[in-house]
Amino acid sequence: MKRLTALLLTFTLVFACVGCSSKNESAEDVADVKSEGVMTYAEYATAALDSQVVVETYVQAKQSWWDNKATVYTQDKDGAYFLYEMACSEEDYEKLTPGTKIKVTGYKSEWAGEVEIVDATFEIEEGNYVAPVTDATAWLGTDDLIKHQNEFVAFKGMTVEASKDADGNDVAFLYSWDGSGQDGDDLYFNASVNGQTYTFTVESYLCDKTTDVYAAVKALNIGDTIDMEGFLYWYEGVNPHITSVTTK
Amino acid sequence: MMRARKRILSVLLLMVLASGSVFTLTGCHGSKGMAAFEVPEEFDSSREYEITFWAKNDTNRTQTAIYEQAIADFEKLYPNIHVNLRLYTDYGKIYNDVITNIATNTTPNVCITYPDHIATYLTGINLVVPLEELFENEKYGLGGSEVRFDAPKREEIIPQFLEECAFDGHYYAIPYMRSTEACYINKTYVEALGYTLPDVLTWDFIWEVSEAAMEKDAEGNFLINGQKVMIPFIYKSTDNMMIQMLRQKEAGYSTDQGEIRIFNDTTKDLLFTIAEHGKSGAFSTFKISSYPANFLNAGQCIFAVDSTAGATWMGTNAPLSDISQDKIVDFETEVMEIPQFDPENSKMISQGPSVCVFNKDDPQEVLASWLFVQYLLTDEVQIAYAETEGYVPVTSKAQGTDEYQDYLASSGEDNAAHYDIKIKATELLLNHIDDTFVTPVFNGSTSLRDAAGQLVENTVKSVRRGQVVDDAYIEKLYGDVTSLYRLDQLSRQSSSPAAGKAELGKLPTTAVVLLSSLATVWMLIAVYVVFSFMKKRKNQH
Repeated sequence: MKRLTALLLTFTLVFACVGCSSKNESAEDVADVKSEGVMTYAEYATAALDSQVVVETYVQAKQSWWDNKATVYTQDKDGAYFLYEMACSEEDYEKLTPGTKIKVTGYKSEWAGEVEIVDATFEIEEGNYVAPVTDATAWLGTDDLIKHQNEFVAFKGMTVEASKDADGNDVAFLYSWDGSGQDGDDLYFNASVNGQTYTFTVESYLCDKTTDVYAAVKALNIGDTIDMEGFLYWYEGVNPHITSVTTK
Repeated sequence: MMRARKRILSVLLLMVLASGSVFTLTGCHGSKGMAAFEVPEEFDSSREYEITFWAKNDTNRTQTAIYEQAIADFEKLYPNIHVNLRLYTDYGKIYNDVITNIATNTTPNVCITYPDHIATYLTGINLVVPLEELFENEKYGLGGSEVRFDAPKREEIIPQFLEECAFDGHYYAIPYMRSTEACYINKTYVEALGYTLPDVLTWDFIWEVSEAAMEKDAEGNFLINGQKVMIPFIYKSTDNMMIQMLRQKEAGYSTDQGEIRIFNDTTKDLLFTIAEHGKSGAFSTFKISSYPANFLNAGQCIFAVDSTAGATWMGTNAPLSDISQDKIVDFETEVMEIPQFDPENSKMISQGPSVCVFNKDDPQEVLASWLFVQYLLTDEVQIAYAETEGYVPVTSKAQGTDEYQDYLASSGEDNAAHYDIKIKATELLLNHIDDTFVTPVFNGSTSLRDAAGQLVENTVKSVRRGQVVDDAYIEKLYGDVTSLYRLDQLSRQSSSPAAGKAELGKLPTTAVVLLSSLATVWMLIAVYVVFSFMKKRKNQH
């Protein structure tokens, strides 16, 4: 009897593992199948501003939590969703790790060009997916770029360009947008490709001054060739929130 | 470029927590807090002092440079005082950090703040230094004999501005800069719509023109600008919007003692009007849409209400801009006072940074802090900082200098230091100082201010989402906002800023039983001791 029980338990465990494994596999390799009443990314993309939206998506990074509100970068296999100040307890915030699947109900909104979900609530679901990085370098300066808003992307082979500091000197980066800030504030730097210069940001709530990317940007020199990764955030134009910088 | 939105970390719950927990560590329930500051007879210049100054700038590097220059100049005069500058771009963040640091007794020495915030700091005993004794001190007071620079005398601080820093019977701050709100207008579009700007802008005029601007062509482009986007009226600070509307209507907001009066029928009527124009798309807010300046400069807004301290972002030729040059539209900009209900009786808010001094164990360190604070009122600092934005110097001394008068007279000479919109915004306040007001300051006034803005934000969001704003909606909104900002708890508190350390309420029954038991036991012990003593004496006799 004991043998039989052990055998049954073993089979149960094996099937459970296979079940988990196949769930992960389906999340990674098969197109997202949305639950009933949940929008596809295409439906979300065409939904009117200020309309209620329900999406299933996967946490990619967390920006901040305060006062029971979380700001989170999320993405499914078809597109990305920026969740701004979503209702979230501190306990639940700890559960939101990269890949966590969540069902989000909120309102589609736009702030300074950034399309986001606001006044949202969420529930954690079974599933896990971490979006692979997509090279967006070729999309810079094209209409294709905004179609990938908020996605986790890479920019490769870009050249660090000068910014003007408070004294009018050429520098590789600024604390705050105009150099009026201090260590710990957002970092702003310019980088170019194909003769066009773009502004990139290390968002200090996403990557604070203790992070590698913050240190890497502070170590940049004008003329450096760099590869970057980050989220394709928008503020009156493209304003990527950079999470890693590699100097070549 | 890029004045990106930073998440303004809300302090509303923290404020309540502060009253309930942080200050219990520092002041309430038996602890005596810090000893009251007493002005030393002499400033000990043989010692070294290191003071921290938490300053706020408007994401403006010129302002940062002025702070740094002021510190350098001050340290030349007082080589034994070293000032460490920490920069913020948001009053709320300073407030957060001060409250966080109160618990660890690591507040800065000097910080830029709002009186509303000080009212919360005051819940800690002797945490903020009352300044009236320092004002009057013969040696180190305003313009005192031992002060090593040309400081203003007390009577040279604009009285209205100074009075804004007085509450609970003391001056807990001095004004540093003052501003108000202004309406920045695309005059070109107003006239293209067939209207002429009145001498005084009214709410009726703004609503009417804004609705007129909503007309579209068959392709969905707005007729006025030929673009897909047009929000004719955008308000940056909706808390100010509601507060000023209520004041203009002479309706309730709060009493001086901190009783909440905002949830009244006038507020409801105002919200109905706001809902009507929010629903049509003629009105929106910074929190919902983005900075008014960005829409104004792109030809996507006609009336942009923002601080006079935001004037350098406003208009076709604005020296500062968040949007790319190719998006900026050419138009004539007008600067007017905020819309009024009664054009004969203008009312507008007075705002802007004040400076407070935190108490420390070492009175000499506090005196060093005070000397630095006083330095911020010198003509050099006042004029330089005021010129960075549509700020007004807070002393008549600085305002009356040839340098400042020349600056005002040079309006429009260039689009940088003498940008005409900025100087017009400054003159707007200079001409209306007597029309300004501030709201009552009490422990919780910050929450009430936030609640005032939340009423507007929620209403506009709701109508945009197709919800009906009616009596039932308003009733629920009042309840939700009261609960969110815990205004019901505020109402129950004493009105004094020292409320947190006064009323602790009725003792719980369990505590009463326990204390009664202890008292009974002690009484029995006492009776036993007395009885034994008497018995012993009787036996001795």
